[in-house]
Amino acid sequence: MASKIVTLRVNDREEEFLARPGTTLLGALRDTLGLTAAKRGCAQGACGSCNVLVDGKPVPSCLVPVETVDGAAVATLEGVAPTGDLDEVQAAFLEDFATQCGFCTPGMIMTAEALLAENPDPTRAEVVEAISGNVCRCTGYEPIVNAILDAASRRRSA
Amino acid sequence: MSYRLSPIDTQYFAPDHEGDDFTVIGSVVTRSDALGHVTGRTEFFEDVRPSGLLHLKMHRSTRHHARLAGVDSSAALAVPGVVRVLTGADIPNNLYTPLKLINVEPDDEPILAVDKVRYLGEPIVAVVAETEAAALAGAAAVRVDYVDLPPVFDVEEALADGAPIVNEYHGKNYFTYEGHHCRRVRLGDVDAGFAEADHVFEWRYQSSPIEQAPVETTGCTVVPQPDGRLRIHSDTQACFFTLDNTALILESDFNKLRIVGGTVGGGFGGKVDVVVEPVACVAAMVTGRPVKFVYGRHEEMQVSSPRAAERIYIKDGVLADGRIVARQVTAYIDAGAYSRHTPYGTTKAAAHFPGPYTIPNVRIDCHCVYTNRTPSSAMRGFGVTIGDFALESQMDRIARELGMDPLRLRLKNAYRDGDMKAHRKRAEGTALIEVMQKAAELVGHELPDEYRRMSSLEAR
Amino acid sequence: MTRLRGRGYAAVNYPTGMNLGGDPSQALIHATTTGTFVVSLSSVDLGQGLKTVVAQCAAETLGLPFTNILVDTADTDTGPHCMGTFASRGTHRVGNAVIMAATEARAIMLDVAAEELEVDAADLETDGTGYIQVRGAEAKRIHITDLALAAHFTHGRTISGRGVFMKEKSEVVPETGEMDPDSCQAHACTVAEVEVDDETGVVEVLRMYSVYEIGRALHPAMATQQVEGGAWMGMSHALFEATEPYYPVRDHGPADFSEYLMPAAGDIPEQVSVLLERPAPTGPYGAKGIGEMTANAPIPAIANAIFDACGVRLDHMPFTPERVLRALDSLRGQDLSAHG
Repeated sequence: MASKIVTLRVNDREEEFLARPGTTLLGALRDTLGLTAAKRGCAQGACGSCNVLVDGKPVPSCLVPVETVDGAAVATLEGVAPTGDLDEVQAAFLEDFATQCGFCTPGMIMTAEALLAENPDPTRAEVVEAISGNVCRCTGYEPIVNAILDAASRRRSA
Repeated sequence: MSYRLSPIDTQYFAPDHEGDDFTVIGSVVTRSDALGHVTGRTEFFEDVRPSGLLHLKMHRSTRHHARLAGVDSSAALAVPGVVRVLTGADIPNNLYTPLKLINVEPDDEPILAVDKVRYLGEPIVAVVAETEAAALAGAAAVRVDYVDLPPVFDVEEALADGAPIVNEYHGKNYFTYEGHHCRRVRLGDVDAGFAEADHVFEWRYQSSPIEQAPVETTGCTVVPQPDGRLRIHSDTQACFFTLDNTALILESDFNKLRIVGGTVGGGFGGKVDVVVEPVACVAAMVTGRPVKFVYGRHEEMQVSSPRAAERIYIKDGVLADGRIVARQVTAYIDAGAYSRHTPYGTTKAAAHFPGPYTIPNVRIDCHCVYTNRTPSSAMRGFGVTIGDFALESQMDRIARELGMDPLRLRLKNAYRDGDMKAHRKRAEGTALIEVMQKAAELVGHELPDEYRRMSSLEAR
Repeated sequence: MTRLRGRGYAAVNYPTGMNLGGDPSQALIHATTTGTFVVSLSSVDLGQGLKTVVAQCAAETLGLPFTNILVDTADTDTGPHCMGTFASRGTHRVGNAVIMAATEARAIMLDVAAEELEVDAADLETDGTGYIQVRGAEAKRIHITDLALAAHFTHGRTISGRGVFMKEKSEVVPETGEMDPDSCQAHACTVAEVEVDDETGVVEVLRMYSVYEIGRALHPAMATQQVEGGAWMGMSHALFEATEPYYPVRDHGPADFSEYLMPAAGDIPEQVSVLLERPAPTGPYGAKGIGEMTANAPIPAIANAIFDACGVRLDHMPFTPERVLRALDSLRGQDLSAHG
């Protein structure tokens, strides 16, 4: 198998690079493009730490062979507040004490971004459902659920 | 803003709060790491990506207990991208000595197995390669010939006559505490206490090993420096502990190593053992290149040291009014094949029993037992957590046997300031009574006046 | 099918600091030329918030705003020794070391301020706003930025301090177990309310009420994070977690998060938590270590609640549906395992 040229639109920037066979989207983001916000927690699609948005949908980037998303738009946490002005989800996670070690946070926030883009007024059950694939070992989840509901309300009243 | 904030009750110990006058303590400042977390800019060890990075993966034992008859790495070296393989012979001091610096030093574990493997998943050969995939392929290509030995998995079977010896360093399947086969605590006369009691209850408790399961797995990246030193980016819970132990294993000067860490994606005790840094340093030294060794999730789950399984027998002598007059605890703590921090955790368990209750006659025997399983080690509360499960289940059972309110039974026996603990330290700063009183109030559990008026400050 | 409800209690204590002591931690602190204080450590923040609470300790001791403190950790080339983050020791040990270092730095800060203001250092006070001022004559004051500049460029002084905390190592008397294992004890009581499905054996924890005596809540919101996250872990231990589900049989070990079960956001109980404070004389501003304790009381509280709900005593963790059902069967005198 030969390496392939892959083109992605990452955080509104065109990126073109050579991908070895077997390279995952997570590997390309972290090792080729230097975007390290998405984390490797399990490399099996079971923890959500590597979640990014591909054409607006949250996906575990560790399971996606990068050549299968050639041409797609990819959003990572680095692109959410490039100039430092936190968006509502980030601000809620920060102010509502929804982070502890911070390792699951990038995946949680991107998952929340996808939810709120589709459903600006989610119920608690819908938030719980959205993050059901994201593992957090520190918080017990309650602060994260609260922060996402708070972010939705902040965005609606913005 | 909607953060969770538990109310703080200062009424129970009001005199201790006179003169409280703080400007920063007790205030809700923003977490200093939160901005990095929510922008994805917090740098964890794996976010350091030096150029020319090599990847290290392990070939691990497929047996619980076996002699190594032969190790053949030639097929691993033939895998494209594999740069080096390391065996025990490549480790300068092939001994894992986590407790050496605090003078508990069973040198009972190799970094890479040499003659024998003692648990499923024990590392035998490290494979260093240009890519993670090549390192994994190389590790899978190593061939090991085993001569199987009988394993032992149960702590009490391990202590029985004729059990297979797990670890020859100890010569028997338990850790020896200053000549004793267990860590013991003795207070009063337990047999007299049982004789005096109206009831004697004995029950057994058991736990299974539990994984710390931090979302970030254990790992490090070692980067050779221009001055010949090694910079180790690590998610260790203890930087100097890692530095000192790694230097002992490398037989290098301590100041040749530099640990950079302090930002960890969850630990819960799982990142206290110095288990990835030494071999990664050897790989970096022999190749002259940066090397990353990070556990996969399967390794974190099954190979990294868990919370020990414990088997605990508690025998209590109890008076008809609920006062406990004698308690005997016999605990078997499953260290797995090697000591790691379990001899320490076993002493911690012995110090914790008989729990936060004042009992005049106490006999504690805590055994640190070797079996053919993954070595156990530190995890959030080890030595105490499972003991509390046993102790507090026991208290509930006693209350039910006596037909007593479970809180009143506890309040009656709760330790107070000035009481003598089983390990002969006077209790101070106690508040067990008050947390129970407050909990009763929270759930509307009625307590009679005499129980509501009890205080940790008043002598029994 | 019946869903049976029950309530269970548990009360625990937990030792702060490494068992038997002998586990020092150090801190160094110095002022930059413009009055920021850098706390140098080699201590590790696992997410529990050490970097934040030790900065609070430094600010409180110096009498300066929180924003004047930077914490630089953990680099063994630049930070002094710390034994590590475990044994509920981080806040206690490192907090104490930082307070000691900041106390030394504060004395120098006031000394230099006395020279600048031409007053007696004993007459100076701080109020946390960044000014050092004469007690009773607040107009006579100097801002820390100006003071730090003057210390460096006029007086040739370094405003700095050294701190260390160590509890002396205790040896165990082997015959009796006499020892001094800890620095202080924190306390907790949990009341768990559960519902047991007697058809499926599934236990649902509905509510956990917990009271924690933690010495002092240095940061109440982060203390809440830690106790509630810890209680979640305790519940998870109680109902789900094991790397060897049929211990001591070594088989069926879970290899990943799809096999190693933990409660997700949809499985969590309502938590009601209250903090009690009985400041510890040895603790930094009275704080005790709380990192580990909070997972402990929920486990027996849940075991006891299960008994209360359905009369089965589970003495083997975790309390899986299989164990609940087997216990229910044997309670009903129809041990199904005997048939197959």
